[in-house]
Amino acid sequence: MENPLFRLIRFGWGLISLPDQVKRLIFIFVLLLIGWFAIRSRLVPETFGEKGHYRRAALEANAALPVAYVGQSDCVLCHEDVGDLKRKSYHRSVTCEVCHGPGAAHLEDPETNLLFQPKERGLCTLCHGYNSSKPTGFPQIDPMLHNPNDPCMMCHNPHDPKPPHTPAECGACHGEIARTKSVSHHASLACTLCHETQEIHKENPRLAIPGKPQSRAFCGTCHGETADSPKHIPRVELDSHGNGDLCWQCHYPHYPEVF
Amino acid sequence: MEKRQDGIDRRKFIKDLALAGTVIFIMGPEVKGAEIGEGEKSETHLYGMGIQVDKCIGCGRCVYACKEENNVPREPFFFRTWVERYIITVDQEVLVDSPEGGINGFPEAAKEYSILRSFFLPKLCNHCGNAPCVQVCPVGATFTSDEGIVLIDDEYCIGCRYCIQACPYGARFLHPEKKIAEKCTFCYHRLGRGLAPACVEICPTGARIFGELRLRSSPLTRFMRFNEIQVLKPDLNTQPKVFYAHLDGEVR
Ligand code: HEC
Ligand code: HEC
Ligand code: HEC
Ligand code: HEC
Ligand code: HEC
Ligand code: HEC
Ligand code: HEC
Ligand code: HEC
Repeated sequence: MENPLFRLIRFGWGLISLPDQVKRLIFIFVLLLIGWFAIRSRLVPETFGEKGHYRRAALEANAALPVAYVGQSDCVLCHEDVGDLKRKSYHRSVTCEVCHGPGAAHLEDPETNLLFQPKERGLCTLCHGYNSSKPTGFPQIDPMLHNPNDPCMMCHNPHDPKPPHTPAECGACHGEIARTKSVSHHASLACTLCHETQEIHKENPRLAIPGKPQSRAFCGTCHGETADSPKHIPRVELDSHGNGDLCWQCHYPHYPEVF
Repeated sequence: MEKRQDGIDRRKFIKDLALAGTVIFIMGPEVKGAEIGEGEKSETHLYGMGIQVDKCIGCGRCVYACKEENNVPREPFFFRTWVERYIITVDQEVLVDSPEGGINGFPEAAKEYSILRSFFLPKLCNHCGNAPCVQVCPVGATFTSDEGIVLIDDEYCIGCRYCIQACPYGARFLHPEKKIAEKCTFCYHRLGRGLAPACVEICPTGARIFGELRLRSSPLTRFMRFNEIQVLKPDLNTQPKVFYAHLDGEVR
């Protein structure tokens, strides 16, 4: 006795009035097609292509990652005093978490997840250690010379790091220029000889920007042929020397060279 | 076998059948977007970053914060953002270094160089508008979001490294444990919560500026209006979205 299923198929097969070989071809083709969709639905992940050639779910997965740095505005909700102090200080642009590390865990449970308090000199010198690649004007100290044995916090409050007294030297902030000048022919000249500087510039630099020499005549006061200056200073013919261009287009004033 | 009752030429039928099959086969993989009618396009953001080179002090706090925020492997050769130091000597020699990506700051330059000029340069993924990494990904595991941010699908990446090869900025690396490509996401997870990327949040001198590219009033567009702007490797036509102000001509 033949399997009834086979008989049914055989019967259906007979109903289609096409040549047998065509029916076989169609049969194979339909199988291939089903196979294609089966494989495709397994390989192409869900949500793929909903927005573009990627899984939409990947966007959500990326967006759902946890945050570690919560931002200063959250810290000052509880630490209002520190916030008020820092807001008016030199460190106003330095956020809490630069020094204290990421605060997300502390926010959830301040008492158990205490934040780190960086007391050693290393953190401060990361920003303030002298480095000739740092931009001019950024306050820098030489850690080997600047009170080397004491923690910075002894003299500077990290939340309001006012220098105990106004720096005496321009080099505190213009370290690179000061160093360059100190080994140049102009080493003996005071910065203020060429830069008229108000005292307040050393306390709050951007309140009063010092002046700079404006004309050839300024350098001429020492280097002109007829200048009333010490004999050993080299002289040039002020009218003709250097085509009448500004002197510092050829000579760097902080390290004047003769080519 | 039944009797044939041809209403149609057999040859033509088979041809049509094959043709139809081919057409379906070709069209199969193309899934047309379901976005039609969603209509939220007009409100999407377009983000970019500005970097004011002459404000960077090379403290490396951005590199550190990035690792903390994004759980980047701590080994000193995996970075989503890093800082380079350029030294141009009086002999016009250009020296570039980035000890541990700058995460511990920079030691003072060696004394034997007589420095003409020197500066720090933060680098990161440029989130190219025309991203080579997205183009080469064989599976669609790296892609550009509507906000213009090039992201990675952690689950779907097969770790083939094509994208790492393709990136002209060296911004990608293979995660040593997860074995998937990784790179900066502009802290995509922070943006949705109204926070700036960690490196921007942490920068003590405001050398990094983050914001909208389409709004005229955003800090970024203001920064771009008031400064002369350059991008890295403009000749590659990658259309970067990280914009540098006061970039030195020697930067490669
Ligand atoms: C929900 C309120 C709250 C917020 C928000 C908060 N803190 Fe605190 N924080 C506290 C409390 C309470 C303590 C005191 C814990 C103690 O001494 O037991 C503390 C202590 C500290 C300490 C001293 C830790 C020590 O070892 O004594 C530091 C540093 C600190 N917080 C920094 C931060 C920073 C940075 C942020 C922002 C990321 C922040 N806090 C946000 C409540 C808060
Ligand atoms: C320049 C780095 C720096 C920054 C920026 C900074 N702190 Fe601190 N903070 C320190 C150091 C260092 C100490 C430890 C001071 C000490 O031991 O004398 C400290 C101590 C603290 C303490 C515990 C002692 C105290 O004075 O109450 C709290 C609370 C605190 N910081 C909160 C904050 C908050 C809030 C901010 C942001 C508004 C912030 N800090 C920004 C470096 C910093
Ligand atoms: C992440 C970088 C960073 C760290 C860390 C840091 N500072 Fe500062 N500091 C700054 C910035 C930025 C300014 C402001 C500079 C300016 O106004 O141009 C500044 C200003 C100062 C000033 C004032 C300089 C002036 O112009 O007179 C002092 C003093 C100072 N910091 C001391 C410290 C001390 C002490 C520490 C360690 C507790 C410290 N800083 C840690 C970035 C930092
Ligand atoms: C013994 C006290 C003392 C200690 C310790 C100390 N400083 Fe100072 N610091 C000063 C004084 C005083 C000045 C004012 C300038 C001068 O006279 O050198 C100053 C100036 C500075 C300046 C220069 C900017 C300016 O406005 O002058 C910076 C930056 C600075 N200190 C950072 C630090 C850092 C970082 C440390 C720790 C590595 C530190 N200081 C340790 C007393 C101290
Ligand atoms: C507390 C740190 C500090 C001290 C001390 C300091 N300066 Fe400055 N100075 C700065 C900063 C910061 C700037 C940059 C201001 C700006 O560009 O916004 C600046 C700018 C200048 C400029 C103008 C630069 C320009 O491009 O126009 C001159 C000149 C100058 N300083 C000279 C001096 C002289 C001379 C002294 C000593 C008498 C001195 N400074 C002491 C921080 C300081
Ligand atoms: C011989 C006169 C002279 C002396 C001394 C001098 N300068 Fe200058 N300085 C100049 C001139 C001239 C310029 C303008 C250069 C220019 O515009 O290219 C200048 C520019 C500057 C600038 C702005 C440009 C720059 O290079 O960043 C600063 C800051 C500065 N000087 C600081 C100082 C400091 C600090 C000292 C002392 C250590 C000093 N100068 C000593 C003549 C001098
Ligand atoms: C207060 C007087 C004075 C002023 C003003 C002055 N210089 Fe000088 N200059 C000197 C002295 C002192 C020397 C060193 C002479 C020596 O080596 O014995 C010198 C040396 C030089 C030299 C020669 C260096 C060499 O290799 O022999 C040049 C170039 C020079 N200055 C350029 C300038 C320029 C440019 C200015 C204007 C920005 C200027 N100086 C302003 C006093 C001055
Ligand atoms: C176009 C470039 C140029 C300009 C501008 C220029 N110099 Fe010179 N300077 C030179 C050169 C080149 C030399 C060396 C050859 C020479 O002596 O003519 C020199 C030499 C000098 C010397 C050394 C002379 C000696 O005998 O050792 C002094 C001092 C000097 N210049 C000062 C100045 C002063 C002051 C100004 C502005 C009034 C100025 N220079 C402008 C190019 C220039």
